[in-house]
Amino acid sequence: MISVKNLKKSFGALEVLKDISIEIEPKEVVVVIGPSGSGKSTFLRCLNQIETITDGHVYIEGVDITDKKVDINKVREEVGMVFQQFNLFPHKTVLENITLPMSVVRKWNKQEAKTKAIALLEKVGLADKADVYPDSLSGGQKQRVAIARALGMGPKVMLFDEPTSALDPEMVGEVLEVMKQLAKEGMTMVVVTHEMGFAREVGDRVVFMDEGYIIEENEPEAIFGNPQHERTQSFLSKIL
Amino acid sequence: MMDFRWDIIIDYLPFFLQGALRTIGMSLAGVLLGCILGLFIALGKMSPLFIVRLPFVWYINFFRGTPLLVQLFLIHFAVMPLFMSPVNPIASVIATLSLNSAAYVAEIFRAGIQSIDKGQAEAAHSLGMNKIQVMRHVILPQAFKRMIPPLGNEFITLLKDSSLGAIIAAPEIFYWGRAAVGEYYRVWEPYLMVAVIYLILTLSLTYLLNYLERRFATE
Repeated sequence: MISVKNLKKSFGALEVLKDISIEIEPKEVVVVIGPSGSGKSTFLRCLNQIETITDGHVYIEGVDITDKKVDINKVREEVGMVFQQFNLFPHKTVLENITLPMSVVRKWNKQEAKTKAIALLEKVGLADKADVYPDSLSGGQKQRVAIARALGMGPKVMLFDEPTSALDPEMVGEVLEVMKQLAKEGMTMVVVTHEMGFAREVGDRVVFMDEGYIIEENEPEAIFGNPQHERTQSFLSKIL
Repeated sequence: MMDFRWDIIIDYLPFFLQGALRTIGMSLAGVLLGCILGLFIALGKMSPLFIVRLPFVWYINFFRGTPLLVQLFLIHFAVMPLFMSPVNPIASVIATLSLNSAAYVAEIFRAGIQSIDKGQAEAAHSLGMNKIQVMRHVILPQAFKRMIPPLGNEFITLLKDSSLGAIIAAPEIFYWGRAAVGEYYRVWEPYLMVAVIYLILTLSLTYLLNYLERRFATE
């Protein structure tokens, strides 16, 4: 599904990703954890070229997105992304947030897009908010709309960049619930998060990153129960 | 000043009103053309390539860094004769105001566009939108809201600057004021009248802009 080979990313002189290689299988839920500054968000943002890749290759379903000839916009239609800061479009209603890319990118007609969008809003439990503007929503509701918006394009992979980090604690649950549902339905997911409960319960694999490298990866039980690497141990001991 | 001659004002009122309409027309044309041109200049100036940016940077430098009156003379006496003969002074004023305001509007656009959070463009790109679609559907509508106040100021400035047209005999408000001075050898009445008309126009604009700003804000 996703294949990352020797990915490197620098911002000027600062090398954030030093050498990342990983294979992600269809329907797999991969949870990326690690201290801040470890490069996990940058890694995720490289997977759809929101961050330009300095060196190495990322293949999405066999397509090398670092290849200049590849239309990255086409690839992004298949890769949904959810951001820490939601990034809903404030000048559009909830419904329009979801239908905008459907009509602009997929060229679906209005009715088709609307029907699909309402179905998605029902799925995330916000059908009654279709006509309000994002400003009047709580953080948890915003994030659920953002998930619905990304799902609207019918992506094959969903990337989550700390989707609950900007939320009040009581709203974390509702967002994680939607993500769990998605995982159950067989969506391929890469999730950067600090929610260790989610990682343990939903993750098929947990990847621990530090200082631009993948230090350790394994099934959740193994990582949390019996971390092999000393840095993983020290990180987990601080947060668990 | 003791004997204020209202009859001069009444005599010239039809001309002043006609001139006011021209002033409004020239300023509107100037700001509209300036906005269209300004958008392209703003986009050009935001290019990541230095060589593409360069002409746009210098366009802005030139039109912001030289006096409007000099620009008007250059355009009216040097540039316009290449295109029409005789040169219509109204066309010269509109051309000058458009080119000049484009430089200011470009900077307003650029600031407005760059003030939109980066996350907006990232989210739109992540949904598969290309650069033009992101600009058109996500960035510009939001930036426009923020650009209303500075654009309004620019429009007011433009409206006042259109009075320079009198010097090349474009029959706008100030032109008729000068004509009245010439006819009656009185300065107070015509020039005060001119000032009052400009004041009415700019204050009306201010109120209109405040209203627009409030309307967009509640959305």
